[in-house]
Amino acid sequence: MTVNPQLDENGKLLHFLSIEGLNRQILTEILDTAESFTSVTDRMVKKVPILRGKTVANLFFEASTRTRSTFELAEQRLSADILSLNLGTSATVKGESLLDTIRNLEAMQIDMFVIRHKDSGSAHFFAQHVRPGVSVLNAGDGQHEHPTQAMLDMYTIRHHKQDFSRLRVAIVGDIMHSRVARSQIHALNLLNTAEVRVIAPRTLLPVDTASLGVQLYDNLEQGLQDVDVVIMLRLQKERMRGALLPSENEYFNQFGLTQERLGQAKPDAIVMHPGPANRGVEIESSVMDGNQSVILQQVGFGISVRMAVMSMIVGQ
Amino acid sequence: MTILIKNGTLIDPVGLQESKTDIFIEGNLVAGVGSKPKGFRATQTIDANGHWVLPGLVDSQARLREPGQTHKADIASETRAAVRSGITSLCIPPDTLPVIDNSAVVDLIHHQNAKAGNQCHIYTIGALSRALNGEELCNMASLKASGCIAFSNATQPFVNNLVQRRAMDYAAGQNMLVIIQPRDNDLYADGCAHESAISTRLGLPAIPEAAETAALAKDIELVAQTGARTHFGQLSCARSVGMIRQAKADGLPITADCAMHQLFLTDHDIGQFDTNKLTIPPLRSQYDKQALREAVADGTIDSICSDHNPHETDAKLQPFPSAEPGISALDTLLPLALRLVEENLLSLPEVIAKISINPARILHLPAGQIAAGELADIIIVDPGSNWLCSGKDFVSRGKNTAFEGWDFNGRVLTTLVAGQQVY
Repeated sequence: MTVNPQLDENGKLLHFLSIEGLNRQILTEILDTAESFTSVTDRMVKKVPILRGKTVANLFFEASTRTRSTFELAEQRLSADILSLNLGTSATVKGESLLDTIRNLEAMQIDMFVIRHKDSGSAHFFAQHVRPGVSVLNAGDGQHEHPTQAMLDMYTIRHHKQDFSRLRVAIVGDIMHSRVARSQIHALNLLNTAEVRVIAPRTLLPVDTASLGVQLYDNLEQGLQDVDVVIMLRLQKERMRGALLPSENEYFNQFGLTQERLGQAKPDAIVMHPGPANRGVEIESSVMDGNQSVILQQVGFGISVRMAVMSMIVGQ
Repeated sequence: MTILIKNGTLIDPVGLQESKTDIFIEGNLVAGVGSKPKGFRATQTIDANGHWVLPGLVDSQARLREPGQTHKADIASETRAAVRSGITSLCIPPDTLPVIDNSAVVDLIHHQNAKAGNQCHIYTIGALSRALNGEELCNMASLKASGCIAFSNATQPFVNNLVQRRAMDYAAGQNMLVIIQPRDNDLYADGCAHESAISTRLGLPAIPEAAETAALAKDIELVAQTGARTHFGQLSCARSVGMIRQAKADGLPITADCAMHQLFLTDHDIGQFDTNKLTIPPLRSQYDKQALREAVADGTIDSICSDHNPHETDAKLQPFPSAEPGISALDTLLPLALRLVEENLLSLPEVIAKISINPARILHLPAGQIAAGELADIIIVDPGSNWLCSGKDFVSRGKNTAFEGWDFNGRVLTTLVAGQQVY
């Protein structure tokens, strides 16, 4: 297989494309760096000059609220100049190829691209074709990876639970279509998590999911037993079409996280969700707003984690 | 015009023998092999000492992109590439633009080939249904009269099994071969990679084996029902060859091929989203590749095609799921075949049979063997010539090889088509 395009010869980050291909040392460095930035985001003047004079382009070929806004805040707090483009309805619709879009933006002297695109592998594609010295951050490529989301989830887990090697983590829901789940699974395994479980109906599991290094469960109660962390995934409404599921109601009855089912987990288990959540479909409102939920914390940590990744790429 | 090819080693895919012998050509035909025909006087002599003499190769599926997609390739460029690589007969599937569903398109293709100097024989495979719509039958009798050698619906589905059954029945009534690439489009969905741990890891929309095998099971049943002589093309799955093996044992009039690249590459070769490894059907598992090789060796798979799909550079300069599928494969058909010999899958004449006499017999083409009275489609190969494969050096306009950097042995020195030296 090819050399890892994300790392330079000294093992430093050039791009941030996927958790797969990274190592525990880098993940830990990201978490530690993010911790140091948390103090910045708590300050009165929330800026450091790490990206001063650099231009970051946020290219969102797919809609995003949370990821995009936390990336923008992270960039602003690192003092970058920012260009944010919502390309879902722009150039590529007019027939411009992705490569031409890259070339045109490069002509504007962009130092760093943050990209979200519907195609798996699009971040790798970008990284292959940008000029040397220009970096690419994956903000979600198709069903492949969403590595900064996984890192903010790891940050949240470490914040509450410290040692991964003692943890059981359950990921519940639509693994098939989830780039978040793939990145989380790689990250949890790289950080030496004791057990990673995946709980889902068969139609929402890609073939041979176990090969990613997880235990499979098709029953929520069993899968939640004695876990320390529950990660709920969003169930997209369009999954009802195409016969992946019979109905939202049946899904909720089998896989929705209720207070009662959460009782199977450890009493101090935390509940996470990468958002946006469907209340009453994959998660009951009382759990979402309950005292075990850390869902809103995740969003806040997203800023420091993205600051950490960007600062490591520019080498500070 | 008379040509003597002397001292070469004749590779005979019919008798499955190799022998040092002379070949005598008169006009467009082979006049004799071994013994000089009476009164033969060579106007040209080619010394093939130390070289192999083979029948020109027959490729049962190659897209030349003309008419309709001449920004990718054209008949002139691809026939030139074919003869440079030892291929002297090309069969083109009906999914050109417009579709090969009427005589005018057939005539156009032959006209363009004539304009390019008729370097290579081109045979057209007509559409089973109009515009490949899977709904109304083509005028098969008139397509046959204008030169189509078989009928196929390429990669397009029939609207239902009844239409498919009737299309097969009607073609059989015209005494014509039906060619099917078994494919369930619903199961294909928007897939772009074999369904496996690799598609799971890369998050690529997956194509299950059933996308081929479920369709194949139905297709075989329709062969049993209609008795239509049917050739299954571009098989990719272990289970498929098992079904073909059984159907042949049951006495059904079935033959099969696979694409050459399926015998060498697997889904592992996708690596980090390498779009040159994006093919339809997809590169399958190691297990499937091994089963295809065994089926080639035991004769379940009768022939091997290039499944040539030349593309312009931009077609592959896309993220994996948006890139266009297919490999530019004319330049590598023979060298890969020779590698099968090096890897001891089959003897040299047996491997050559898979890309010459076998497809010629299946498609009823006047090609694939060197014998007195046969068309003089002959190639001379230097087996010792070693070369490094690089798409940029391809004669085909499609530079999209999946074998960049491979080391190959064997190079075509000379190609004769109907007695004319075209390379």
